[in-house]
This record gives sequence, C-alpha cells and structure tokens, in this order.
Amino acid sequence: MIRVVLPFHLRTLAQVGAEVTLEVDGAVTQRTVLDALEARYPVLCGTMRDHETLKRRPFIRFFACEEDWSLESPDAPLPDAVARGAEPFMVIGAIAGGSGDPLKRHELP
Amino acid sequence: MSSVRVLVGTRKGAFILTADGKREAWEVRGPFFAGWEIYHMKGSPADPNRIFASQTSGWFGQIIQRSSDGGKTWETPGGEKMPAPGAMPTGLSNKFVYDTSAETGKPLTTHMWYDGTQHPWEFKRVWHLEPSLSDPDTAYAGVEDAALFRTTDGGHTWHELAGLRGHGTGPKWQPGAGGMCLHTVILDPSDPKRIYIAISSAGAFRTDDGGTTWKPINRGLVSSYIPDPKAEIGHCVHHIAKHSSHRDVLFMQKHWDVMRSSDGGDSWHEVSGNLPTDFGFAIDVHAHEPETVYVVPIKSDSEHFPLEGKLRVYRSRAGGNEWEPLTKGLPQRDCYVNVLRDAMAVDSLDKCGVYFGTTGGQVYASADAGDTWAPIVHDLPAVLSVEVQTLA
Repeated sequence: MIRVVLPFHLRTLAQVGAEVTLEVDGAVTQRTVLDALEARYPVLCGTMRDHETLKRRPFIRFFACEEDWSLESPDAPLPDAVARGAEPFMVIGAIAGGSGDPLKRHELP
Repeated sequence: MSSVRVLVGTRKGAFILTADGKREAWEVRGPFFAGWEIYHMKGSPADPNRIFASQTSGWFGQIIQRSSDGGKTWETPGGEKMPAPGAMPTGLSNKFVYDTSAETGKPLTTHMWYDGTQHPWEFKRVWHLEPSLSDPDTAYAGVEDAALFRTTDGGHTWHELAGLRGHGTGPKWQPGAGGMCLHTVILDPSDPKRIYIAISSAGAFRTDDGGTTWKPINRGLVSSYIPDPKAEIGHCVHHIAKHSSHRDVLFMQKHWDVMRSSDGGDSWHEVSGNLPTDFGFAIDVHAHEPETVYVVPIKSDSEHFPLEGKLRVYRSRAGGNEWEPLTKGLPQRDCYVNVLRDAMAVDSLDKCGVYFGTTGGQVYASADAGDTWAPIVHDLPAVLSVEVQTLA
C-alpha cells in the first residue's frame, strides 16, 4: 500500500482527504505511483504532469522521506519506506517560504 | 417575470449573482472552485442551465467545469457529478492538445518569442469559452498559447481547429504582456459558418467555412509600437464586440484605439473620437441599439487604471466618435482599478442592463443602459470576467 499526500487544491478537485492510499503493482517509482493515482482519480490527469509528455508541471514537486525527488528519474525506485507505506509520497505545490506539517494543514472535513 | 444571472470569474473562484428583472436585490452565491483562477464562465444560449467554466492554475493546469442546472452543481469534464467527499470521481480533466497532424494540423510548432526567436507552442490555459448558439454540447475554447478548440460532447473532449494556426502567419505571432492568448470568440447568429476571433498580439481573424480556413482581418489597424504599424498581423487587439442584428458591424478595443468595421472586419476605421484616452480592454454593444457602444477608458498601457482616479464608462449612441461619460454611481475619486477585456457584459432586458467587474473586486450594474450604476458586490477577488444570462 502506497500513501500519497496531495496539496489542498488537488484534494478538493479529487474530493479526497489529506492522504490517499494506492496499490501499485511491481516497482514503486514516481511514474508507477502517479500512474496509479491518475487511474484512480482521472480528474487529476494533467494537474501534476503534462497530458502528453508526462513531464512534471513546473510548479509541482515530489517529495519522499524528506528528500526532493522532483529532478530524479521518474523510473528510479522510491525509498523502501514509501514502498512499504511507512512514509508518504508527497505532491507539493511549489511555494516560497512557509512552514508547517502539510498533513495537518487544510484538512477537508 | 424575467431574471438575470451574472457569472463572475475571479482570481480566486467563481461567483453567481442573481436578481429579478428589476435588478435591485441581488443574491450572491460562491465562491465556486475557491482558490482557483476562473478565467471565464459562459452559459449556453441553447440551454441556459448549461454553463461552462474555465478553472485554471499556474500550479495545476487547466480544468473545465460545466453545470447543467444553472450553476447549482458542477461536473468535471468527464461528465460525472462531483461526488460527496470520500466517493471516487471518475471524470477526466480536460485535455487540450495541439493538432500537429499532417492532414489537418499542417504541423506548425513555433511562434515568435519575446526576443524574436522562434518558440514552441505550449498550452497554458483557456481564456474564453463560447458556447454554440444552437447546441448545448458544443462550445469553443480560446486558449493560450493562441489556438481555438471545439468540443461537441459537452466539454469531455476538445479538438483544435488547426486551420487558424496553420494558415501561414503563425510563426510571426508574438505574445502580448498577458501572454499569447486567444481571448475573443464571436459566433455569427446569421451565419453558422462565420466565426471571429482575436489574439494578443496577433490580431483579429475570421473564418467563413466553420473554422477550416481563416483570414487575418486587420486592415485599417495602426499600431505604432510594432515595426510595421500597418502590418497584416501583430496588432494587440484587446477585445471585439458585435451586435447580433448587424451582420457585418464590429467594434474593437485595440491596445490603443477604438475601432469600427462595417464589412465583417475586412477594413477598420478609428472611432475613438472624443474619448479622454482610447486605451482600454473592455467593449460591448447595447442589446437593443446596435449603434450604442460602451468602453471603459484606461489611462495608458503603462498605467492600467482610470484617468484622474475617476471610474467612467463611456457610451456612444452613434457607433463611435461621439462619446459621453457615464458616472452616476461610479467612484469619481481615488479609484485605481482596471476593467479587463472579458469583464463587461449586457443583458437583454428592457431597459438594457450593463455590467462590469474590476480588478478591485467590485461588480457594477446599471439597469438603465448606463445612466446610473450601483455595485452588486464590493469585495470579491479581482474580477477576470463577467457574463450575463437573461432568463425568461
């Protein structure tokens, strides 16, 4: 089970809470996680990566285990803690400044 | 009794303002899609309950929303209603992909960038949605980077009318300060195959065959800020308005200059007349008087606010040249807002209602064709667009 944390506007768009869980078959990479996420919530297609090229949108970042994975290969294996569900894969809307736990902010009711 | 529904797109969501035919007491609903930029919303003339909305974000891209109940509930592009929290939506977000096929797209991959080099076309957002006059499932989308798309399935899928980008001048098109946007789409009620569009800053174009082929219609425009002031393309057209009963008469607010065409855009002449400044964005035509035109003069391209801090709509009852300021109910001191190109609209009641929104978050309405004004709302986010539906 993979845990994914979405930014506020994508949560409202997909009508989900702070964290969603997914099943990913095979290798757990950014690509397979995002493929599974978009397959389950098609409304998110095009909001994190380009429809055609599947390149990450410029102001979207991907974090895992307190590391920025945005510039890594989308096919590189994510940390084992993400694959085991111990840590979430985080989709972040790029910001300047700010702080706080994204899991605690902007909770949907 | 008739009523009106004003659709307001803002920097931080959509609002719907409704009133009966007196247009005195208003109900305000929203924000819808809170926190997202709503570039434009427009209702279908064929089915007033069908409304399309362009929901967009620099972070998350483009979403098209539609309503089938007059804006009470909204659906994502796949057509499924947004479910209750916790349920699983199945709608696709919308996909705008430029046509580069050899058959229809005549692969055209670059336009002129700010520095004069060629730059790839890149989809950014939908600026304007124009529903079909006859089919509630058909609508046109004017997008940035400039192109025209059409849906015939209620917004689920969109296909480019590639003849516009492919007609030959595309490599010379260049973005204006707001981006290279196709912001104006006018469908001709007297000829379903005739469509007018305008692009900043390429100019105006017309098709007479339903969108297969296009021609630039910029003869008579003079823009001193481009290398050839009378060039075939390259003019920063801000908006075009047309009265439904005058087949060939168009009014244009260009970057500078208010223009008029009496031949479907084949030629233009200036009708700025006695306007205190002829820079501006918004322009519209009275619903029942085809020669009555409204503009909101803005000081200059460097100072996007009204002259002297006085918010004044100017009205011409003579098709231009002779303009009168309309000030009753509008702030006449310390006002430094802007009125953007799609932020003015008219209803079709008698007397004609005129509406406009400002970057300061006010939406003003006049129920007497502009003689007097009152704000419907004071404190919305910056207003990007205003459209009006007149309901039976």
